[in-house]
Amino acid sequence: MRELIVISGKGGTGKTSITGALASLANKATLVDCDVDAADLHLIIDHSVSKETDFIGGKQASINEQRCTNCGVCVEYCRFDAIKYSLHQQNENNKRYWIDKYTCDGCGVCVRHCPENAIDFNEVISGKWYLSHTQDSSFLHAQLGIAQANSGKLVSLLRQQARIEAEKYNSNLILVDGPPGIGCPVIASITGASYVLIVTEPSLSALHDMERLVKLTNHFNVPVGICINKFDINTDISKKIKEFSQNKNIKKLGRIPYDLTVTEAQLAGTTIVNHESEKLSKEILELWENLEEEMKLKQNFKV
Amino acid sequence: MLPESNLKISIASGKGGTGKTTIATNLALAFAQQGYDSTYIDCDVEEPNGRIFLKPKIKKQFNASVLVPVVDSTKCTLCGECSKACEYHAIAVLGKSVEVFSSLCHGCGGCLDVCPEDAIEEVPRTIGTINHGRGMNVSFYEGRLNIGEAISPPVTKKLRELSEHSQISILDAPPGTSCPTIEAIHDTDVVVLVTEPTPFGLHDLTLAVEMVRELKLPFGVLINRSNIGNNKTIEYCLRENIDILLQLPFDREVAEVYSRGEMIIDINDTYKNYFNSLIQKIKEMVHHERTNCN
Repeated sequence: MRELIVISGKGGTGKTSITGALASLANKATLVDCDVDAADLHLIIDHSVSKETDFIGGKQASINEQRCTNCGVCVEYCRFDAIKYSLHQQNENNKRYWIDKYTCDGCGVCVRHCPENAIDFNEVISGKWYLSHTQDSSFLHAQLGIAQANSGKLVSLLRQQARIEAEKYNSNLILVDGPPGIGCPVIASITGASYVLIVTEPSLSALHDMERLVKLTNHFNVPVGICINKFDINTDISKKIKEFSQNKNIKKLGRIPYDLTVTEAQLAGTTIVNHESEKLSKEILELWENLEEEMKLKQNFKV
Repeated sequence: MLPESNLKISIASGKGGTGKTTIATNLALAFAQQGYDSTYIDCDVEEPNGRIFLKPKIKKQFNASVLVPVVDSTKCTLCGECSKACEYHAIAVLGKSVEVFSSLCHGCGGCLDVCPEDAIEEVPRTIGTINHGRGMNVSFYEGRLNIGEAISPPVTKKLRELSEHSQISILDAPPGTSCPTIEAIHDTDVVVLVTEPTPFGLHDLTLAVEMVRELKLPFGVLINRSNIGNNKTIEYCLRENIDILLQLPFDREVAEVYSRGEMIIDINDTYKNYFNSLIQKIKEMVHHERTNCN
């Protein structure tokens, strides 16, 4: 079983559109959307949700007003400045302490220091994850709750569930739409993956972001290939990207011209491959064939 | 209608690549060109690229760090209390020593607190840098997370502590709706949510709107590439009674200028006017908020 992760560093380079297109070409690939902050793959993949599960991200502290004597000890120990107070309406010396749930890091330090045992520390539901089915495979996706932490934990959970599904249905490829950036959810997406496809575009910003991303993939020792999306927007920078990848021994697996077909397919709620227009199909097919070759998917399938 | 006090404007979006940095850098420059003291703060510390556009000369650099535990093995009795107290699984007794997994440590100090032998000390571990300089008459700050580090909010927090606010501060937030974004936009006076009128753009905009409403921050929407996609974003804003601050049409020239790292308000007066009208709208919004609150 092989696991392909599509990431970009910079957002909006076309990760999801390209992942969707690859999903249409791959036979029985198990799909995962690891962009748990802003998941969009489900908008272009025909699917039905089979199971919805709460995601417990971590714990959160909250002050029990009945037991709290407003001594303020907790404030001194909170390193995240999450404990705030409001002044009592009638008496300005009378402070009431409360915990800002968006700032609370869930460390539990205040809980241990409270002399009145007045701080509750409970697990919180920080999102939902879904097991869905497409025509020929399983699709794992999620929605992290607004203003929640622990996206990395949710990403790991989705990948783990995907492996279970892939084994169950004898799917030899797990195809993952990754998050932007280089932080927590990206690290959780690429560790232990078989292959990373970087989707980039010819802008100085995307090039800068890709350079940082390649350092990250090297750090975690994952093999990488790239695809230049909208390559004709600036052919000089496309050339620079090519040079950069040659220097780093990264294979260029595809290039896709700027075309409104991508937006049209999205508006129609489908992938570029399944969209009626024939445009871009040659380029996407070439990318897919190069990926198959690089990831040795066919050999893998025979075994 | 000059804002009486310092004004902090954050630029955010659910979806990546909608044009946050383009809007943030050009807006900071537009304010500067109107004679304001203007500061740009790049809070997308995982992938900061405001500097590509404002081309600042960096004059100062600071470290951003978290405090991580160091265990004195001569005092440690391997009791495991530290490990039990750590919510992040960053410290564990393995065989005959205590291992600290620094990249998982949030620096809460919990292990130090509970150690019955006083065997734990803390040392700062650098996880990123803060750079400060000036470019195009705009004061520039950026945070840069070191590659391989998972936790970015401490860098953003340090960045925001160090940034000196001038009359106008523009905070360029990372994409998403979780903790790194919250760290960038909390306590700002107004949030500009940048979106594009496509299904992905709209879906992620609704999440971003939920986020700013939850945080009770005044906000408006900027529709970038307004001439592609469909009308559903406008319909959504009307239905939800959300201010549309600006609709910025797409053309290939903008994409090319952006790709080269140049400023779009320099293309021609039309673009300059777009940003001046955005400034006007923001001022009206702030004025409205401030008079309503008083």
